[in-house]
Amino acid sequence: MIRVVLPHHLQTLEVAIDVDGVVTQRTVLDALEARYPMLRGTVREHLTLKRRPRVRFFADGEDVSHESPDTELPATVAAGDQPFMIVGAIAGG
Amino acid sequence: MTAIRILVGTRKGAFILTSDGKRKKWSINGPLFAGWEIYHVNGSIVQPDRIFASQTSSWFGQIIQRSDDGGKTWSQPGSDGAAEKAEGMPQGESNMFVYDTSEATGKPLTTHQWYDGTQHPWEFARVWHLEPSLDDPDTCYAGVEDAALFRTTDGGVTWHELAGLRGHESGPDWAPGAGGMCLHTVVLDPANKSRIYCAISAAGTFRSDDSGETWTPINHGLRSEYIPDPTAEVGHCVHRIAIHPSNPNTLFMQKHWDIMRSDDGGDSWREVSGNLPSDFGFPIAVHAHEPETIYVVPILSDSLHYPPDGKLRVYRSRSGGEEWEALTKGLPQEHCYVNVLRDAMAVDTADPCGIYFGTTGGQVYASSDSGDSWEAIVRDLPAVLSVEAQTI
Repeated sequence: MIRVVLPHHLQTLEVAIDVDGVVTQRTVLDALEARYPMLRGTVREHLTLKRRPRVRFFADGEDVSHESPDTELPATVAAGDQPFMIVGAIAGG
Repeated sequence: MTAIRILVGTRKGAFILTSDGKRKKWSINGPLFAGWEIYHVNGSIVQPDRIFASQTSSWFGQIIQRSDDGGKTWSQPGSDGAAEKAEGMPQGESNMFVYDTSEATGKPLTTHQWYDGTQHPWEFARVWHLEPSLDDPDTCYAGVEDAALFRTTDGGVTWHELAGLRGHESGPDWAPGAGGMCLHTVVLDPANKSRIYCAISAAGTFRSDDSGETWTPINHGLRSEYIPDPTAEVGHCVHRIAIHPSNPNTLFMQKHWDIMRSDDGGDSWREVSGNLPSDFGFPIAVHAHEPETIYVVPILSDSLHYPPDGKLRVYRSRSGGEEWEALTKGLPQEHCYVNVLRDAMAVDTADPCGIYFGTTGGQVYASSDSGDSWEAIVRDLPAVLSVEAQTI
């Protein structure tokens, strides 16, 4: 069970999702979007699935925004001890 | 008894203002979608309780919302209401605005002119304007940035680009205005179902006579000193066009500078700025019952986005342009430096005609006597992006 923290603009919510196989940005976001289709296009671009420019990803306190989406996430995230955090870049808007 | 519903989009949410036909006491509901930019909220003429809203964010992209009960409840089209309640999150996927590159109907992704004159690929940013069909509640048009026209025929669940517009041969010459390269105006001809007008900053006005498949630039007569060729076929920063349903061959335009009119469906335009103190501005509206009575809000200039002399004045022409009178009663006549954006003026169809506009200072002003006098319905909203009036 992976814990994913969403930006409050989208929903003040932490969701728990299951990911089959290796836990990476891609597999977590694929599972998240499959579970909640409305999030398609809000975190990653449609079609290209690239991270939107003003969104950042953190895992176990580390900024993994610029990591390959296929890099394995930390074991603490895979185990559900720490959340995968999707954060709006800077606070305002 | 007639009731009036004003749909207000702001920088930080949507508001719905309602009144009975007297238009003296208003109730204010909102903010809806708090914190999000609501570029436009617009209702169906054939099914007025069906309302579409464009909810957008530079961070998290585009979301389309729809209400089927006059704005009381909202969902993203395609969502299952029950699942939404149970899970706390909508299940729909109504935000997919992807340019059509298919071989059958689309054009290859083209490029447009960037601020520095280089070519730049089309990139979707947001929906500026939603225009529900005049005869089908499930059909709605969406004007987007970077400029393109999309249409839904399933109530907003899926959106498809009318790619003939972006694929027009002039596309590489289109350029962004200060607000981005946006398709901000969609006008449907009530007398001719297959005729659609749209306006793009900064490209100009376009017309389709085959329901949006193919498009023709209609900018003959426009003169824009700020582009290399002032009378070019495209490149004009048209801010807004409006028609009266009884006389749809006559179009009125607020251009970047200049008030223009056309009496031949846009084939040719002539200037009717007349005695205005400034002919720069954003919105233009037509009286609901008088096809030659039009309204503008003069703004000092393109760099000074506020009214001349610090006085907020709506100007009315009862002769379709040229001769204008200032309407000031109830509007601030000193120290006023707000702007009124292109989608932020609307008319109701009650009698006498009601006129409404919102400002970047958060005021929504209403006149229930065709503009003779004004009163603020509300004064301290976030900056107003759009105003629509429903007469129900």
